[in-house]
Amino acid sequence: MGETLDLDANRALQAIAAALRARGVPWIRDIVPALTGIAVHFDPDHPELPEDALQRCAELLAECERTASRFREPGRLIEVPVCYDPCFALDTEDVARATGLSPAEIVRRHTRPEHRVLMVGFSPGQPYIGGLDAKLAVPRRATPRTRVPAGSVAIANGLTAIYSFETPGGWNVIGRTPLVLFDPRREPPSVFAPGDRVRFVPIAADEFERPEHSRA
Amino acid sequence: MSAGPWIRVVKPGLLTTVQDAGRHGLQHLGIVPGGAMDPVALELANALVGNVLGEAGLEITVIGPELEFGCTALVALCGARFDATLDGAPLPADRPVLVERGARLALGRAIAGARACLAIAGGIAVPVVLGSRSTFLPASFGGFEGRALRAGDLVPLAADAAEVAARRYAALPARRALAGSLASVGWSVPTLTLPEREPITVRAMEGRHHSLFEAVSQRAFFEATWRVSPESNRMGFRLVGPSLSRPGSAEIQSEPTCLGTVQVPADGQPIALMADHQTTGGYPRIAEIASADVPRLAQLAPGGTVRFARCSLAEAVALRRTLRRRVNAALRALAWSYGK
Repeated sequence: MGETLDLDANRALQAIAAALRARGVPWIRDIVPALTGIAVHFDPDHPELPEDALQRCAELLAECERTASRFREPGRLIEVPVCYDPCFALDTEDVARATGLSPAEIVRRHTRPEHRVLMVGFSPGQPYIGGLDAKLAVPRRATPRTRVPAGSVAIANGLTAIYSFETPGGWNVIGRTPLVLFDPRREPPSVFAPGDRVRFVPIAADEFERPEHSRA
Repeated sequence: MSAGPWIRVVKPGLLTTVQDAGRHGLQHLGIVPGGAMDPVALELANALVGNVLGEAGLEITVIGPELEFGCTALVALCGARFDATLDGAPLPADRPVLVERGARLALGRAIAGARACLAIAGGIAVPVVLGSRSTFLPASFGGFEGRALRAGDLVPLAADAAEVAARRYAALPARRALAGSLASVGWSVPTLTLPEREPITVRAMEGRHHSLFEAVSQRAFFEATWRVSPESNRMGFRLVGPSLSRPGSAEIQSEPTCLGTVQVPADGQPIALMADHQTTGGYPRIAEIASADVPRLAQLAPGGTVRFARCSLAEAVALRRTLRRRVNAALRALAWSYGK
């Protein structure tokens, strides 16, 4: 685990996670590439669990680091429709005040670059997306909201997150997507996976209800 | 609704959900394993009725439901002690019990512990969602329509639940008729996760951010008696005690979490992450609970008290092996009962 977020390091650890996944180690249950590290969850009761599981895990990760380049993939491009209208952009005024940018400039800077999913976590299907314009780097809100609506597109700590469910949250909401991020009946159930490329596409408030915008 | 056999929910109890051994392998998509809060109780209950160990059963919390059986069924109740009755007669725990069609099972209140598992021979026939029948309440999927049971629900059982019940019961040694219509056996399995006298002692390792806390907070975590807050649930147990603080308040990047991670939000009151926890979190972690002790912690009701005893990773691994040996010993005895 590193302590600071580095997009290249994140890309490298996603490749390591993919390489480890491809090994199909029977006693490893979950491989979770995150912002600055990888979590490997193993089944403590698995009959094939080695005595020195932790040591074995470290060796496996080191081996995967050597072969990881073969697992580097450009990632799928996902276009995310976002309505930046003030009716959804609960915190754009605060972000404008903190950055000195106009609301229109915030939208322009958010939609211009291609972003990348660094991690999916917290709630099912919730992406943490890197590649935010440096001018949009704002901290989390001092007081979190008790309820942030599902689909809220929010920025903090140099990242964009999209709330997949209505939960409490402290990020700055600058828009909302009609995309349904998680549906257990779908295969795969999550729109986003680590490594996906993301482009935010502005839509008008009266387009929000269009059914084609709810699917990736 | 299903045309097959069912259990009708007369009263739902405080929180009764369908849970199995959980959905694994999806944490990279933010989907937590979930499953029974006390997996040892679930395994024992399933073994008692001849099911595979990870079969779905009902997890019953603090105040139990009242259930009417639409068919003959073989059931077993493990984990927390409830003042359970079957058609008014006391229901013995930790052993297989044959329940006749039309019988009413009233679980009553927990007397010791907080969560029991009711296994039914043949399992519960709710759909498998993402590899599991467990209910995940925060996102409303899995289990019975993605929610806790309500009065009037018909919980579907396996199509052959009645035949399976009769066949498996007939094969058991030391069958015994008890009061009323109760048919059970003259033996039981030990309880392995019921809490001893409170405060219970739970072993925990220093977490990744333990050293970031003030020295007094580092000590307080392992010295204080913590009370489980009423705002605790299947996602996490909020622990009330001395406020834990760290110098500065630099934000920490979100990192993957684990069952038993103890994180400390800004208010200084730690949260022990339980079965339905969020898969990542950005609060500093002061401790990681030894996995063998998580089911015992899960048996504390709100208001229950716990102390944390420091242990090493090697000790945590040894504790887990010991628990597994004890569970396996109970399971072997059962396999023999079932003539396997």
